[in-house]
Amino acid sequence: MATTTFDLYNLMERDNVLLAFKGTVTSDLLSSVFQIMESKMVDLNDSPATKKKVFNVLVECLQNLYHHIDDFDNENTIFDTSTGDKKSAIFSISRHEDYYNIVTGNFIYPKNVDEITSKITHINSLDRDQLKAYYKEVLGNGKLSEKGGGGLGLIDIAKKSRNKLGYSFKEIDKDYSFFTLIVKILKK
Amino acid sequence: MEDLKHEGSAKTPVVEFNSNGELLLKGRSIPENSIEFYKPLIEWLESYSESPNSTTVLSVQLEYFNTSSSKCILDVFKKLESVSGSEISVKWHYEEDDEDMLEAGEDYEAIIDLPFEMIEVEEI
Repeated sequence: MATTTFDLYNLMERDNVLLAFKGTVTSDLLSSVFQIMESKMVDLNDSPATKKKVFNVLVECLQNLYHHIDDFDNENTIFDTSTGDKKSAIFSISRHEDYYNIVTGNFIYPKNVDEITSKITHINSLDRDQLKAYYKEVLGNGKLSEKGGGGLGLIDIAKKSRNKLGYSFKEIDKDYSFFTLIVKILKK
Repeated sequence: MEDLKHEGSAKTPVVEFNSNGELLLKGRSIPENSIEFYKPLIEWLESYSESPNSTTVLSVQLEYFNTSSSKCILDVFKKLESVSGSEISVKWHYEEDDEDMLEAGEDYEAIIDLPFEMIEVEEI
């Protein structure tokens, strides 16, 4: 059975989606998304501390996505069939009774699966104090990459969300995998 | 030397670096390319260090900053740290309830050899 627009609507309604996007992530797009989310959150009945934290984590998640989609720029192997542009990504922000969920999904090269897995596994193995120490260590020692990432993104997301990072990979073919990151932020 | 001013935008902070030693960084710092944004600040500090004021106070009043900015802000602090012939201090502001921003200030304080004053404010 084909998914209709109404099915999609119901799915998003059921998941309390505030905002969802699928397509190419650009700097201008992010500016608009941040603006929309800020004005949407003004009307929501959450504490200022919660709104601030959600916005903060959202910025980090979406810019992380933006910087890493860029990775495909480095090689001339961008997927070019009618099935879609592999630089395309998806993200959604949903609001539930006690928490927010930020989900991002993007294509990656299969060779990067192990590296991402070990990075997240390491972050998830740390308790709060260890995570704070790890953040400080990477901040003090690391250099910024040309794209502006400093290897701090995922650490910061875990630290600020006060939660373990959820993630999964789906192998598409020998050239591409799909990486999903799920960040849960408890309301304060 | 000329003062450095930047008006601030949805993704970048207000910058007011005055040659009298009063330096301000206020608002939000979430640009995708933070290196580009912070380069003029580092360069300004470079020139400033040639004949600094007897006191230099950097007032940081940030509501948000992304991790890309966090490295550049560290570079600003490192540059300040290297200025000799001026009594340098940092006033780190954070909104009440914003423990993440307080923590960020404490991280810098631990890495940088400059006196930090943590100031809680109602709203930035």
